[in-house]
Amino acid sequence: MTAESVTTTAPAERYAIGIAFGNSNSSIAVTSTDDKAEVIANEDGDRQIPSILSYVDGEEYNGQQAKQQLIRNSGNTVAHFRDFLGQDFKSIDPTHCHASAHPHENNSTVAFTIQDKEGDEKSTVTISEVATRQFRRLKQSASDFSGKQVNSAVITIPTNFSENQKSALIKSAGDAGIEVLQLIHEPIAALLAYDARQESKVSDKNVVVADLGGTRSDVAVIASRGGMYTILATAHDYEFAGAHLDKVLQDHFSKEFIKWNSIDPRENARSLAKLKLESEATKKALSIGNNASFSVESLAEGIDFSSTINRLRYETIARKVFDGFNRLVEGVVKKAGLDVLDIDEVIMSGGTSHTPKIAANFQSIFPESTAVLAPSTTPTAINPSELQARGAALQASLIQEYELEDIEQSTHPAVTTVKHLTNAIGVLSISGEEKKGIFTPIVTAETAVPARRTVHVPVPKEGGDVLIKIVEGGSHIKVTKPELKPKENGNKDDSDDSEEDSDYEPEEQREKIWRVGNVLAEAAVKGTKKGGKVEVMINVAGDLGVTVTAREVGEKGGVRGNLSAP
Amino acid sequence: MASHIQVPLPLPVVPDGWAADKDFKATGRLSAATQRGIEPVGPHFLAHARRARHKRTFSEDDRIQAQENAKKVEDDDSGEISEAEDPMMLSRDAKEWKQQDHYAVLGLSKYRFKATEEQIKRAHRKKVLRHHPDKKAAAGSTEDDSFFKCIQKATEVLLDPAKRRQFDSVDDGADVEPPTKKQTKDGKFYKLWGSCFKAEGRFSRVQPVPRFGDENSSKEDVDSFYNFFYNFDSWRSFEYQDEDVPDDNENRDQKRHMERKNNNARKKKKNEDTARLRKLVDDAMAGDERIKKFRQEANASKNKKRLDKEAAEKKAKEDAQAEKEAAAKAAKDAEEKAKVDREQGKKAKEVAKAAVKKNRRVMKGSVKDANYFVSGSAPATTVDAVLGDVELVQGKIDPDETAALAARLNGLKVADEIKSVWTGEVKRLVDAGKIKAVDVKVFA
Ligand SMILES: Nc1ncnc2c1ncn2[C@@H]1O[C@H](COP(=O)(O)OP(=O)(O)OP(=O)(O)O)[C@@H](O)[C@H]1O
Repeated sequence: MTAESVTTTAPAERYAIGIAFGNSNSSIAVTSTDDKAEVIANEDGDRQIPSILSYVDGEEYNGQQAKQQLIRNSGNTVAHFRDFLGQDFKSIDPTHCHASAHPHENNSTVAFTIQDKEGDEKSTVTISEVATRQFRRLKQSASDFSGKQVNSAVITIPTNFSENQKSALIKSAGDAGIEVLQLIHEPIAALLAYDARQESKVSDKNVVVADLGGTRSDVAVIASRGGMYTILATAHDYEFAGAHLDKVLQDHFSKEFIKWNSIDPRENARSLAKLKLESEATKKALSIGNNASFSVESLAEGIDFSSTINRLRYETIARKVFDGFNRLVEGVVKKAGLDVLDIDEVIMSGGTSHTPKIAANFQSIFPESTAVLAPSTTPTAINPSELQARGAALQASLIQEYELEDIEQSTHPAVTTVKHLTNAIGVLSISGEEKKGIFTPIVTAETAVPARRTVHVPVPKEGGDVLIKIVEGGSHIKVTKPELKPKENGNKDDSDDSEEDSDYEPEEQREKIWRVGNVLAEAAVKGTKKGGKVEVMINVAGDLGVTVTAREVGEKGGVRGNLSAP
Repeated sequence: MASHIQVPLPLPVVPDGWAADKDFKATGRLSAATQRGIEPVGPHFLAHARRARHKRTFSEDDRIQAQENAKKVEDDDSGEISEAEDPMMLSRDAKEWKQQDHYAVLGLSKYRFKATEEQIKRAHRKKVLRHHPDKKAAAGSTEDDSFFKCIQKATEVLLDPAKRRQFDSVDDGADVEPPTKKQTKDGKFYKLWGSCFKAEGRFSRVQPVPRFGDENSSKEDVDSFYNFFYNFDSWRSFEYQDEDVPDDNENRDQKRHMERKNNNARKKKKNEDTARLRKLVDDAMAGDERIKKFRQEANASKNKKRLDKEAAEKKAKEDAQAEKEAAAKAAKDAEEKAKVDREQGKKAKEVAKAAVKKNRRVMKGSVKDANYFVSGSAPATTVDAVLGDVELVQGKIDPDETAALAARLNGLKVADEIKSVWTGEVKRLVDAGKIKAVDVKVFA
């Protein structure tokens, strides 16, 4: 493989793609000339390529074909290995390799022993080599599709990848002849895929990215400020993910099978593998239709099995897993020090995000004003399975002209570590009755500095001399408990009923309230015209010095002043 | 930023007397900021990087320094399992999962009901990393995956909120035994009972639970503490200790019987638990010096109240007495006065009577002096007629008129003069309609 190990290419010779490399699936994306990213299919026509390699008589299978080998050839099939890269055996969780080649320790790294060549001899293949083989297949598919030799890529990684995992990934890709231009975080790639759409506007928003995959669920809360992204909190969950939904169906149909045949198909490895594959297919069908069939030839002991399930039943038996997703998302919002009312957008990413019920649950967790971007809730949503690869491809097209050295310097922590505002900065206006000022944020909290924002504020009806009061503001959540209605049955000492009553809790009202803090500056704009507007611009420097500029819209001059850095 | 946010509400006008150099007043500075890592992704970041780098080259030292300053987002996952694993526990049979201490299996004995979902997930993962059968096989040990199954079972229970509640209900590992009398000596009363009630408080539907407090707690706090625990609303339930209900369809009656039995057992345990807690509160209260103190204070203030009340009552009584006496005296005075008045009136009357008598005598004397208006000895009929007229007049006039008439007659000696006074008087009375002219015999 040494021939391929030369990993640096000159920018001019690069052909870069985006790669999402998951434990369950990989996908590859390219950008077209008009800078739109597109996920491409492999030779089997799959855009979601199972991250699985299987060997039959020395021949290598990948993707969907390799996945089918889990039934007959599980010992020579390697699956669910992405997270093992760069880890020692002690730190890996082999759970999901139960029904395929088992990982084992090999000189401080992880390896699989499989028969990957012709003949009976088994070889030990390290995790690094397995990943390289997977990358080689992806590279080949992308090159075949585009007719150009792919030689570089941006690859997505979970936010909790360690330095070791990152360098192992870069090495594996490099060994496959892919120069890694940059590793980017999966939730950021998903967000970029959405933000790069023509119709999206640059804005200040708080975004939750829920990446619900096959073996893990990762949720991130991101402050998106003027197109720059800061991760505020993350959570990683290995207990509630797609595979657990497969398991729910697996158990459901096993029980049904047992009822008819008194045989537990889960006790036989091959039966179990069939059960798993069909459960996953049924699960996916339930994301689209209200009914799905489940049918396996010769499920156990030669007995065919076929059944159906409707969506409602599925949602009932899968409820525990769905509830787990809810708690995960609520937990990470809290961890970020935010409330669900602070979240503007929920991006649903990963294959499991196709499930309508999960999206519906998220809609009920968040207020109506929060956009839940999933296929079942938003018609214009991007396919959740394609977000990461698209984001990676977009980033690749942004940076592929730069020298590697240049990219490294630009992504250097000295560049990426910057101050973020703790409070919002805003202006006070007045409303009819209230004498006190009402706060409107101009620059929101968690904005990276330097930053500049401008707002337009109307003057009072008659115009005249107006006061611009610039203050810091914080928000809190006001909870209003609805008044308990007095009991309707006039029976006063009817205490037997109370138990029933206490179960019913009327919903409380929650609203976000701004609290005016520190007054930063006051400025006057004099002689404004009737019906005029004042433009207020706040410019926060990298050292937190502030420049305030205010002038009547359409007029020259105005006032300007500085606040020194704290 | 391309588009400007439009604020809907208007600006205030400049208040009177506001003035500033160049119309700008700096009054504060920004609060401190948080160092965070921005994601080096997207077109806007590229623009930022271009500005931030400004032809500079950063070194490895810069990297370390910058990373140290940045707020960490990812939790450190590498920590080893801190709780030692009891060999007895490691050899447990997963079939006996009902008896296993799920928290201990995951190494969370310290946390128990306080463990967050995230802690449970992490603990589970750490245990899986160590005890997965594949790891054991690699370490050359037997393929026994029994403890791994215990781990899976523990996680299954603890990550299911309903099942976890059932287990937490009977997790005596989290119980804190109530202290004995002996233990609470040496000033440990508040500490020991405090932790006992803190543990009990985990079952409360109402959170937060008031704290036991210490010797300095106020009466309100202590009262509300005991009130809270006397009205404790507990979510504790006892399904976890159910006997297994047969899962086949064959023995329906048996199944129903078991379910009924379990239900009764749950109810009974729940009642016992309520009684247990009540007794616990009773015991704590009985030994609580604060309660005694408050009682004494209450007594003292009650006593004071009683004395005050008595004094007030006494005073009221005295006041009433005095008032009564005063009233009596006034009455008596009034009576006496009335008596005097009465007597005086009597005297006056007597005087008047006497005067009338005297005056009448004067009148009769006057006609006698006038010798009944005849010369010589007056015949009896004349005397009768004259005296008849006199008496007629006398009967019709009041004492004042009597006196006036007498005064006019007094000193008159001449018979005609006397007669003219009488006829004058009679005329007046006839005119006034008091006497009829026909009745008058002499003075007509
Ligand atoms: N239409 C669908 N409806 C429901 N589930 C789906 C659908 N499509 C894919 N999935 C599920 O999504 C999971 C795979 O997600 P994804 O492709 O994001 O995997 P991944 O990123 O490799 O995940 P991980 O690394 O967590 O294993 C599988 O469990 C798959 O069954």
